[in-house]
Amino acid sequence: MKNRVEVHDLSAWFDEQQVLFDINVAIEDKCVTAIIGPSGCGKSTFIRCVNRMHETVPGARMSGRVLLDQDDIYAPVVDPVAIRKRIGMVFQRPNPFPTMSIFDNVAAGLKLNGFRRNAELQEIVQRSLEQAALWDQVKDRLGEAGASLSGGQQQRLCIARALAVEPEILLMDEPCSALDPAATQRVEDLLVELQNDYAIVIVTHNMQQAARVSKYTGFFLNGSLIEFDDTSRIFTIPRDKRTEDYITGRFG
Amino acid sequence: MAADSIAKRLKAPAVLARGRLADRAFYTATFIFAGLVLIIVAAIFIELVAMSWPSLIKFGPRFITSTAWDPVARKFGALPLIFGTVVSSTLALLLALPLGLGVAIFLSDIAPSWLKTPVGFLVELLAGIPSVVYGLWGIFVLAPVVMDHLAPWLNRYFGWLPLFKGASYGVGMLTAGLILALMVVPFITSVSREILMTVPRDQREAALALGMTRWEMIRYAVLPYGRVGIIGAAILSLGRALGETMAVTMVIGNTPKISASLFNPAYSMAAAIANEFTEASSPLYLSALIEVGLVLFGVTFIVNALARLLIWRVGGGRKRVRL
Amino acid sequence: MNTYDRRQLVSRVMLGLCVVCVVVVIAPLLLIIGYLIYQGISSINPALFTQMPKPVGETGGGMANAIAGSLLLLGLASCFGVVVGVMTGIYLAEFGDNRFGFFVRFFSETLNSTPSIVIGIFAYTIIVVPTRHFSALAGAFALGVIMVPIIARTTEDMIRLVPTSLREASLALGVNKWRTIFRVVLRTASPGILTGIMLALARAAGETAPLLFTAFGSRFWTLSVNEPISSLPVQIYTYAISPYEDWHRQAWAGALVLIGIVVLMGLAARFLAAKSSLVRGARRR
Repeated sequence: MKNRVEVHDLSAWFDEQQVLFDINVAIEDKCVTAIIGPSGCGKSTFIRCVNRMHETVPGARMSGRVLLDQDDIYAPVVDPVAIRKRIGMVFQRPNPFPTMSIFDNVAAGLKLNGFRRNAELQEIVQRSLEQAALWDQVKDRLGEAGASLSGGQQQRLCIARALAVEPEILLMDEPCSALDPAATQRVEDLLVELQNDYAIVIVTHNMQQAARVSKYTGFFLNGSLIEFDDTSRIFTIPRDKRTEDYITGRFG
Repeated sequence: MAADSIAKRLKAPAVLARGRLADRAFYTATFIFAGLVLIIVAAIFIELVAMSWPSLIKFGPRFITSTAWDPVARKFGALPLIFGTVVSSTLALLLALPLGLGVAIFLSDIAPSWLKTPVGFLVELLAGIPSVVYGLWGIFVLAPVVMDHLAPWLNRYFGWLPLFKGASYGVGMLTAGLILALMVVPFITSVSREILMTVPRDQREAALALGMTRWEMIRYAVLPYGRVGIIGAAILSLGRALGETMAVTMVIGNTPKISASLFNPAYSMAAAIANEFTEASSPLYLSALIEVGLVLFGVTFIVNALARLLIWRVGGGRKRVRL
Repeated sequence: MNTYDRRQLVSRVMLGLCVVCVVVVIAPLLLIIGYLIYQGISSINPALFTQMPKPVGETGGGMANAIAGSLLLLGLASCFGVVVGVMTGIYLAEFGDNRFGFFVRFFSETLNSTPSIVIGIFAYTIIVVPTRHFSALAGAFALGVIMVPIIARTTEDMIRLVPTSLREASLALGVNKWRTIFRVVLRTASPGILTGIMLALARAAGETAPLLFTAFGSRFWTLSVNEPISSLPVQIYTYAISPYEDWHRQAWAGALVLIGIVVLMGLAARFLAAKSSLVRGARRR
């Protein structure tokens, strides 16, 4: 499988503090790549650099190149808004739009950009909710407020919302950390399905989760990528001692 | 499938270019409107100066020091106006400060919880009553009371003071001060109450545990923290009283004379403008009135800036006063 | 009496004085409202709302033109006040953490505490002088200027209360900044912003001084923007200072209506604030 995203010498700062140091990594298509590491190691910052969300924070900057299908997404001519339509993101805490219904939430990425053809929207919303394994549960109450769902359902709503825009890459920042085990299970099952169509990067502090769902895993520590390898290898015969320490629970 | 193409269409370059332009235009639009606020304030100042130019030149600093406000003789000295404004506002503040503070203390430390909301609501209602309604009540209810009861009483027991000499006709400095006090109390109360509420509970309890009486607790453990903020609130209220127009013009008597007795009718800057603006028969007259407006603008600007500086320092930054 | 008893006595007296303060403050309020109702209620009849003022000296008539005038003035004023206020609030909340924003806030507060009669003079010089006549437009402009700082401040506060996570959710979907602000942030903050608008309207509704030489007043029924127009507060004032008993009676009735309008708007604002989850969340903090 080819690489969808290639990261070259990525560094990032918040004002004067450097939080990422020369990251080099490639993300393969149609599979799940997991990013693990202790809190504060820069995992979230890393994926936020991939969809150019990092720069929305005042004082944030980066250097290096991020290539999406061989095009540098940080080239001056590129509009970050365009990138975010191709690289979707799901956040740690479910954040459905409180003033919108379930239907409108899923369609938000399209409606907010001015597309209002109802018939087509209906199709897209249904398809996205089906992909997110939520359709059966909400098909009779699409008009209800997005906030009326349970935590796990809200997160799947957010996944459906991200999918509706038909991104090519899906970034997920600890998507299950605010969910109970049952909901977590459902989202993980979802990932196994979705990886057939998308390149997925999932940040997680739950190593078992990484081991369960991902094909490749990257270990971050203090802003650097220590090791990146097949998941099966990282969790059994890690090459770096720090990786081993983290995986065996000596810190983290 | 047609539905597929929406997402593709979204990513078309034309759509994206429009988006970038729109962002820029949006920022510029909000920037311009925000700038409009600055432009308006500057324009107010400029227009006031420009339109009062004839009077500024003709009278110079004598405008503020001369005591003759005599439209007929074309002599315009604003001192009686300034005097009336300052005295009525000061009187109002002297009355409103202890009253407002008392109500604030009541609401924060004395009242049982079921009483707090209704009383608080009523006090806020006072703040919402339009000035003209206060004036209406002032003319027909307060003024007769002052004339028939309050003034004679004050005269009888305190008539040796020049403040309370003579008889009252109902309208005058005293009545104006009373009405202004009533209008200003809600502001002092609401700000003082907020300030008092920020004093943490354990401070209060520590004081009581030391054996202080309830009053001593309030006086030594609560009030000192709020002192600067309350002073700031008082100055802000002064600013408001200085600019109050309708209620004052309806009960102050509209006589441009300076006198010691509070019973006598007086005049204020805002009242003069309100009464005489449409009657101004000559350009000089009008420009004199506008100059009065300029003085009023300047005075309230300084007073308010001072008050906000005080409150800002107390709040330690971006604290806003809920007035 | 030993010192402890004396201290207790002092405490009781001082606290009692505070209660007296409350009485002294609340009593006039109740008196005012009571008087308004007492004097005005008998004159609240359909005639007040449907008839025009009668010529000087004649009894009867109503304040139809004044009420209509006030509504027109407020409507026009809102056009200016809401647009400028909300856009300023958006700027301050989204882009305003800089020097320029500081000055805008400072002078907005200055505008807020400027005596309304001075704003009336400003409207006079800007509109009445060049057009050479009084007009509803000039009055509405003055009221609009008065509304701007209140609306700007509430809008800024409400927008700042919208959680970052909502903005990020929108941006991550590939929605550009201005659409995010308009369609997501503003929508979430709108109950709170409406509260601010209601409060500003309540204040503008009661303003008399700035209208005295802008909208001026009129005995006639007019809804024209370019002519002088009557308004409720000005009508109350004119009647109150006149020597005619019947006009005094009508002044009380008009004042009762005015207070009713102001109180209703205040209640509406409160109701909206209670419904807004943003405001509820902020209060809890």
